[in-house]
Amino acid sequence: MPDKRLSLDDLVGEFDSGMTIGIGGWGSRRKPMAAVRAILRSDLTDLTVVSYGGPDVGLLCAAGKVKKVVFAFVTLDSIPTDPHFRAARQAGAVETMEIDEGMFYLGLLAASQRVPFLPTRAGLGSDVLAHNPSIRTITSPYEDGEELVAMPALSLDAAIVHVNRADAGGSGQILGPDPFFDELFLGAAQRRYVTTERLVPTEQFASEGPLQTMSISRLLTDGVIETPGGAHFTACVPDYSRDEAFQKAYASAAGDADTWAAFRRRYLELDEAGYQEARLEPVAAQGGASR
Amino acid sequence: MSDPTDVSRAEFCAIACAEVFRGDGEVMASAFGTAPALGARLAKLTFAPDLVLTDGDAALMVGAPALGTAPSELILESHMPYRKVFDVVWSGRRNLIMMASQIDRTGNQNISAIGDWAKPKVQLIGVRGAPGNTINHPTSYWVPNHSTRSFVEQVDVVSGVGYARAASAGAPATRFHEIRHVVSNLGVFDFDTPDHTMRLRSVHPGVSVDEVMEATGFSLVIPDDVPDTRLPTPEELGLLRDVLDPRCLRDREVKA
Repeated sequence: MPDKRLSLDDLVGEFDSGMTIGIGGWGSRRKPMAAVRAILRSDLTDLTVVSYGGPDVGLLCAAGKVKKVVFAFVTLDSIPTDPHFRAARQAGAVETMEIDEGMFYLGLLAASQRVPFLPTRAGLGSDVLAHNPSIRTITSPYEDGEELVAMPALSLDAAIVHVNRADAGGSGQILGPDPFFDELFLGAAQRRYVTTERLVPTEQFASEGPLQTMSISRLLTDGVIETPGGAHFTACVPDYSRDEAFQKAYASAAGDADTWAAFRRRYLELDEAGYQEARLEPVAAQGGASR
Repeated sequence: MSDPTDVSRAEFCAIACAEVFRGDGEVMASAFGTAPALGARLAKLTFAPDLVLTDGDAALMVGAPALGTAPSELILESHMPYRKVFDVVWSGRRNLIMMASQIDRTGNQNISAIGDWAKPKVQLIGVRGAPGNTINHPTSYWVPNHSTRSFVEQVDVVSGVGYARAASAGAPATRFHEIRHVVSNLGVFDFDTPDHTMRLRSVHPGVSVDEVMEATGFSLVIPDDVPDTRLPTPEELGLLRDVLDPRCLRDREVKA
């Protein structure tokens, strides 16, 4: 078994400006936030971000890293929209490809299977087609002759997902109730990375959860990085639930340039170890720009 | 019979949402918002016992537990992660009540953005699954704040597909398309008209037809005789108040 262990710095070194990067998870759940924070600290720019969007999208937009977002939604779950993404959209600061959730799934699946598109009814009649003229329809070659959406493959230069457990060979274990589309993000990408709460010896997987939780095979991964608390402040059950107080502080900091600058100084202009230390201090104790 | 003066507006909304599921067999009922969640549960406990409810996370659950029941107390019957939800959506075995920031005369819904899509005045959550839902299985809408801002002549971004848009996209789009009801805090609406434009189906007791027309940004089809939204039976009222929503979450969504 190869040893695929990397550091967050190694990970960022694998990326280039202008890349299309897929980010796993869903909304404010099991997002590879440590990797996102590492990108925030880098000089990467002009990224196309492909995501079932949560605060990953908001943070990257707020930092000016994003050229384009491919999304069906951007939400913080307990807060309906991400104010940082909202601000970027309302300022016209990012390009967008807004598609149906199911079209998004089929785009990743098509890329994973190395076919140019997959047909679907989803999108017909909606403004998704009007706003994405590059998405074509196709007529069934069979007797039904139905004209369906030909959802193009969403091919990714790189993908990052966050899992509960992984081994040094890059196999990943998802212990929460929903694996989301992480396998497909990895399948759709050229360079594939897994961050994990805990690196464990392979033989420990069986005592952590049943076989079906061992859902990310090492056929799908090029690198693995241990990042305890690496999904914070999003949910990473059963290891931890969403840090609602922190998320609220993140969201409300969007309203005001000084408050946002203070949030950045306090949490984002630090390395990952510094972040993990700072986030343990009570959120209520934060004084706006005074720190 | 219940006494109409004793039934709250939120309870009429829940009854109207329950009616969306009448006649359904073994389909997955998905319901966003408090009144829809109550409606689906009420339907399951009364006239649509085979409905299959989701736990709001990644499973199908047994029975119709009260709103706010702790996840640890739910009895689960099947794994339903998002990837499998699409199998259900595309199979058509689902009946859904979504919310709408805007809805228009022909049943288009918008949850994407207000204003010009290229540079919106207000960015909303995004189209989510609305395009695929509406084209694959029955969909209804819940609008707890009926006004000329939510009921508009033409939505800014067509997320959920209405009748005219589906028709213009042709037979593959209309094949499984059905916008069943729109339930608001003022009344119930459907598209049971020759050209599938929105019709006032009933008003909640205490609301006048004029009030509905004034709060709507387009001309509704108004039948000669507009009935009241039906009263809950005493059994239904008991289930709503004592079993499904003892904490009165419904009153936070729709004021009495």
